[in-house]
Amino acid sequence: MTRAWRAFTRSYGANPLHLLALLGSFALVGGVLYHVVDDPDAELIGIWFLGAVIAHDLVLYPLYALADRGLAAGRWARRRVTGRPPRVPGTNHVRIPAMGSLLLLGVFWPTVGGAAEPVLRFAAGLDTAPFLDRWLLATAALFLGSAVVYAVRLGRAARRPVGTDPPPGTDPHPRTEGS
Amino acid sequence: MPESVDDEASPRRPDPAQGFPRPLWRALDRIPVPPPFSARTWRSPLRGPWLTSVFGAVLLVGMTVVIVTGLMSFDTYAPWFGQAAPADVGPFHLPYYDQPTSPSWLYRLTQGLHVGGGLVLVPVVLAKLWSVVPKLFAWPPVRSLAQLLERVSLLALVGGVLFEMVTGVMNIQYDYGFGFSFYTGHYWGAWVFIAGFVVHVLLKFPTMLRALRAGAVGRWLHDSAAQTRPETDDHGTGLVAVAPSPPSMSRRTLVAVVAGGSGLMALHAVGNTVDALRPLAFLSPRGQSYGSPDGVVGPTDFQVNRTAFGAGIRPDIADSWALRLSGGRAPVVLTRADLEAMGLATETLPIACVEGWSTTRTWTGVRLRDLAARAGVPSPSTAVVQSLEAAGPFARVVLQGSQVLAPRSLLALRVGGADLSLDHGFPARVIVPALPGVHNTKWVGAIEFRR
Repeated sequence: MTRAWRAFTRSYGANPLHLLALLGSFALVGGVLYHVVDDPDAELIGIWFLGAVIAHDLVLYPLYALADRGLAAGRWARRRVTGRPPRVPGTNHVRIPAMGSLLLLGVFWPTVGGAAEPVLRFAAGLDTAPFLDRWLLATAALFLGSAVVYAVRLGRAARRPVGTDPPPGTDPHPRTEGS
Repeated sequence: MPESVDDEASPRRPDPAQGFPRPLWRALDRIPVPPPFSARTWRSPLRGPWLTSVFGAVLLVGMTVVIVTGLMSFDTYAPWFGQAAPADVGPFHLPYYDQPTSPSWLYRLTQGLHVGGGLVLVPVVLAKLWSVVPKLFAWPPVRSLAQLLERVSLLALVGGVLFEMVTGVMNIQYDYGFGFSFYTGHYWGAWVFIAGFVVHVLLKFPTMLRALRAGAVGRWLHDSAAQTRPETDDHGTGLVAVAPSPPSMSRRTLVAVVAGGSGLMALHAVGNTVDALRPLAFLSPRGQSYGSPDGVVGPTDFQVNRTAFGAGIRPDIADSWALRLSGGRAPVVLTRADLEAMGLATETLPIACVEGWSTTRTWTGVRLRDLAARAGVPSPSTAVVQSLEAAGPFARVVLQGSQVLAPRSLLALRVGGADLSLDHGFPARVIVPALPGVHNTKWVGAIEFRR
């Protein structure tokens, strides 16, 4: 029994319970497909299901990774030019408000971008015109807030006497690894 | 990563993660691959099993709440009366149960958690996917049949969560650009997601616990950006960067940024529910249409999901209106004056929409059970409420007996002391505690009480 179990585990790559759990999951998906396959909407639902994965993993993710590479390149260029580390690193003061702004834009795209306009006007008597302005204002507020925090941190750093900055790379958990 | 070091030291020893046929996986492993398939592509020093487990733990709790409240939402439509979409779900539903009418805020709570919770989890889902993206491109793609099947199941998990987020977020904004029935797509998409979610939790829960328990849970939150190092134990996950770049953000900042993103979403969830905080939902169109289009501030100046114009109700509806009650020995026709003479009751009840907004108002009208008695059916098993709205999926709604007989269920004529406005269902609308907003029928023309 134990030997069979071990032999299975070795050739399958995990213990039999792993296979059992996955078969249960596939059975559930199979049940859903059985119910939905005759629905006239089935094909379109499938397209949107796969489309959501492709849009995130192969379009959205590479785009934001690439945008972030831009910031990294800026950091690298700065190091090449001045040679000394910045008093207060600015990268995250651009990155974080940009993330907030893009999150709002992404989630509320139907409203901000106006795609929801026809139904919104018909069903609720509203139009989407004010929402673009609101998103722009929210974006401005996020970047402004970030700039204020950056200015405060710069001011604090300037008042700190030279030499008391914690040396970069100070490690509270001393480890023996070399990087 | 002690495992990989061992492998390099003694290449003859088989990799325990490699299953049958081992030579194939070993051969694949030896092929040099370009980015993004080579492990050196992924340079963030923040990625690692601890970080992924933090997001995973949040999602384990949060998604469970969103799943359960979502399935409850299906039951609140009383699918057993044939009035839920999708119509035939086989065994794919929570056990059916008589819908409670108390507490009156029950539906407001569960639906608010479903929609608001879903919004709040959007940044966490994106962060979790970012944290595991190297696995998507990992080479070799699988090393055993077990991994192959597990990766297939991830399609249900990742596809399910993205599909549910996209359709849900579009639906709460009146955007039906996907072209299929929202109910059908969102319901079946949810079950595919559940299939992926449950098996993922079963398979990964031990790894999550191990990663969180290694050292103190908050161990990796102490480091500043400059002190940030890759996690020391990979736990066999392959998430820790093999060629990390210098850190530009600390783990605590990343976790705080994700929490901040959830906070931006929470503003909209709260603003859709708390009257005093409506402006917080500054990008949400739901719940911002008001019953007084001319902007007159008054008792009828609150959220409308569907205007009279949108429902095809003409402004002269009152001229010929009378309520028709049937089910007894003979039909009963009641004018507005007849209703007023029946003795009116006033109840403070919430109205909550399936799309997540809600509000509480004081409604005045005739108790539904008084109307049932007047029709000659004092204890009906069900009641069919028919709107004057000609078409639309909610023009006809079946209420269960206990909803008709609940003492606080009304056919409302007034709200906040003023006559209902046309957009709020004038001349009369149903308001039943803990019933979804769309089932609180507006512009009621007839009610049939069934024994």
